[in-house]
Amino acid sequence: MTDEHHTIAESSHAGEHEPFLAHHFDTHAQQLNAGKLGMWIFLLTEILLFSGLFLIYTVYRSHHPEIFVWAHQFLDKTLGGVNTVVLIASSFTMAWAVRCAQKNQRRGSIVLLVLTWFCACGFLGIKYVEYKHKWQDGLLWASRFKPNEHEIEAIQKHYPDPGHVASDVENAPRNAGIFFSIYFAMTGLHGLHVLAGMIAIGWVLRRSIRGDFNSQYFGPVDFVGLYWHLVDLIWIYLFPLLYLIH
Amino acid sequence: MPCSQLYSTSPEHDTPGYETHVHVVPLWVLAAVFVTLLAMTYITVAATWFNLGNWNLYIALGIATFKAALVLLYFMHLRYDNPFNAIVLITALLFVVLFLSLTLLDTFQYQGDIQSWEETRGSIQAK
Repeated sequence: MTDEHHTIAESSHAGEHEPFLAHHFDTHAQQLNAGKLGMWIFLLTEILLFSGLFLIYTVYRSHHPEIFVWAHQFLDKTLGGVNTVVLIASSFTMAWAVRCAQKNQRRGSIVLLVLTWFCACGFLGIKYVEYKHKWQDGLLWASRFKPNEHEIEAIQKHYPDPGHVASDVENAPRNAGIFFSIYFAMTGLHGLHVLAGMIAIGWVLRRSIRGDFNSQYFGPVDFVGLYWHLVDLIWIYLFPLLYLIH
Repeated sequence: MPCSQLYSTSPEHDTPGYETHVHVVPLWVLAAVFVTLLAMTYITVAATWFNLGNWNLYIALGIATFKAALVLLYFMHLRYDNPFNAIVLITALLFVVLFLSLTLLDTFQYQGDIQSWEETRGSIQAK
């Protein structure tokens, strides 16, 4: 944890003990800027990682829009919407936590980091509920896509108008399961990132409780915050693309 | 008002690490962004209640991009940061655009071939 610990004897600036200022930086400001740039470069790689899946979505939807229009009916818009609100709230609490760390408000940053963490739990909890429902009703990927009777009845009740493309559940377009391959790949990878974010938040929370951060040194909180906002950003795009197809 | 944070030293404090003059986002700005994000989410959902053809997708993506811009500028600090961080982001987006557009060009090129192959296979009916 004290990977940035530095004893004054090795530095060119004698006379003051500066924990968490690595020896190759002259000032905390320089360390912060370097760390922030490093995190942005990492976020660049994350954007490119998800862009592979967004590409699959774009290409497949361009060529087979009927699959998306038909298959998305099985997703629960309400749960998706709640998850969106939960993540946006978690971004707010995270940004606020960074602000508290910057202003030496240790208790504030601890409370807000804990809130962010619980929002993340809520998100994963709702995703678990969604995934469980899909598993039980045969709404799986590729050739494992076999919606069972219970699901078909629920859909037909939801879309009673026989003219609506979605109500024609029994006549699925060819390869309809591909929608769910894409759905599980994208939300699954995103969910893994939420989980990794929870670990990172937990780590920064521990360090906050330990009193490591102050108005000079708050970089790790800032950088975990940047990562967390990216996770929120990806969901901001996933939600309309997967759940709100008209 | 981008505030460059490179080597922000102030002459009267030359003890190491003293002078981190960082911009702290005002709380009301964070709250305003939060409320706007919620409102935009509601509008995104409300837009699906109307059938606007292809525009549904464009509106949804447009609103999502506006929300993303708010998160990037204020929650992620890009508005107040060293502009180079924004350049890193724009580079990422540029390459994503290249990635998607060139692949789409390629796949559209060969749809006809796929179509005729599927027809001869009999797995789909010829139009």
